[in-house]
Amino acid sequence: MSTNHPLETALPPRFRRPSLFTCAIVLVFLALFIQGAMATNVTLERLLRGIVNLGHFLGRAFPPDLSNLDVLAWSMFETLNIAIVGVTIGIILSLPFALLAARNTAPTPWVRTITRFIVSTMRTIPDLIWALIFVVAVGLGPMAGVLAIIMDTIGFAARFFSERIEEVHPGPSEALSATGAGKLSVIGGAILPETLASMTATSLYSVEKALRSAVTLGLVGAGGIGVELAAAMRLFNFDRALTIILLILVVVIGFEQLSSQIRKRVI
Amino acid sequence: MNAITITELHKYYATLHVLRGLNLSVTQGECVILLGANGCGKSTLMRCLNGLAPHDQGSIHILGEPLTRLSPAKLRRLRQKIGVVFQQFNLVQNVSVFQNVLYGALGQQRLGLLTSLSCFASNELRERAMAALERVGLAHKAQADCRALSGGQQQRVAIARTLMQDAEIIIADEPVASLDPKAGREIMDLLLDVVTERGMTVLCTLHQLELAQQYGDRIVGMKAGRIVLDVPRQQVAMDDMQHLYQGETRVDQPPLSTTPRLTPATH
Repeated sequence: MSTNHPLETALPPRFRRPSLFTCAIVLVFLALFIQGAMATNVTLERLLRGIVNLGHFLGRAFPPDLSNLDVLAWSMFETLNIAIVGVTIGIILSLPFALLAARNTAPTPWVRTITRFIVSTMRTIPDLIWALIFVVAVGLGPMAGVLAIIMDTIGFAARFFSERIEEVHPGPSEALSATGAGKLSVIGGAILPETLASMTATSLYSVEKALRSAVTLGLVGAGGIGVELAAAMRLFNFDRALTIILLILVVVIGFEQLSSQIRKRVI
Repeated sequence: MNAITITELHKYYATLHVLRGLNLSVTQGECVILLGANGCGKSTLMRCLNGLAPHDQGSIHILGEPLTRLSPAKLRRLRQKIGVVFQQFNLVQNVSVFQNVLYGALGQQRLGLLTSLSCFASNELRERAMAALERVGLAHKAQADCRALSGGQQQRVAIARTLMQDAEIIIADEPVASLDPKAGREIMDLLLDVVTERGMTVLCTLHQLELAQQYGDRIVGMKAGRIVLDVPRQQVAMDDMQHLYQGETRVDQPPLSTTPRLTPATH
């Protein structure tokens, strides 16, 4: 439909000039990118050489070395153990952290600030660094891995839990307070039931995340299949390394399938 | 004895003066209907009465006890005597109807939630909860999920919850505002029946003037944070009630000239 009579108000422009701030950000980013690309020495020649090397690796990796599969299976099982134990303890500990960090359940503002600081510290330090720290503290082996996963899980899950708790509809909690219920009863009676579904989803995702990090934690000596992988790569046993990678792939994908099945049932 | 005595009550939200010197007393066993336009301070008054929103000046006496500077434990004990029925029902989702009714006993139980959960509650408590559900005619829905209930049914569950509470005073904040006319009338009938059975005192806000003419002993009208109408129901004039909704009714009223109505209301 077209209008024949002239418009009284001017049409809005098709483009608007970006603000000075946007221009500055784009310029700084471009400068960093160009400098970075030069410093990291990304050249076509090196990339091509890399592809050739990758071909050598694959050539030596095939066929995968299937001997000693039982040893690998046991290490994989140990990785699973680390993930399950770490994430379970982590999720259980996340709950009090989340309650202390959420605006509507924290006893006082300063408790909330401190708890949030602790949780974000746990999250900011990557799991591999936690593992390095715990390897120093408790020695090589799966225990360091479990502790690292606990820290990583709390940093992640406590934050999501507390955000969910803050989003909870205040009505039911108010109704329970109005019956004369104490604060803990209100939390257990109204807030936790309303957040349960989302917390379950977060927990399942934490398990997947923990399994993936449990694999890599072995690279720094915190137990599990990663130890075998690091050893195989260092000794140039690429065929064995490929077996390990395939094994990890199968377990992780299988676990993700299982977890999405559970999620469908719960939510 | 007076169930509720309010003298010179003032309440501010930051700089907004919501309740502006309010006086009201309700004798025991009386049923008072509170009228007033949106934003006139009705809900704030209701929230002040059980300490969900502490007031700033003046005094509130509930059953002879002052509401100011009560210790948390005493405030909880006072709240047990005041049952609240909300406009949005405020049932806890994700738990059964039966559990929601049991929550009414949270304040009376010394261990709070522990002895109010359906799986741990005493037989006596469970029987009382079932009796309350039978009273509101929803015994057959005891195990249902709250989301499966209609609005009217949810409000019945909320009434059963206040019955469970064994309150002496019922505060109903627009209990039928989100229900259709028929369900609204049924809820008002039920509410008035149970309060007469138990000799409870009622303070109920309503929006429908026709309903106000049919229920309760006394009509109290609020306008811009003050009480401007207080007459026995039989003597109330429709004109007086309609006057409550005209002119400066809101406590946050902006000058009329700055808020032109751009679009006609569609509902």
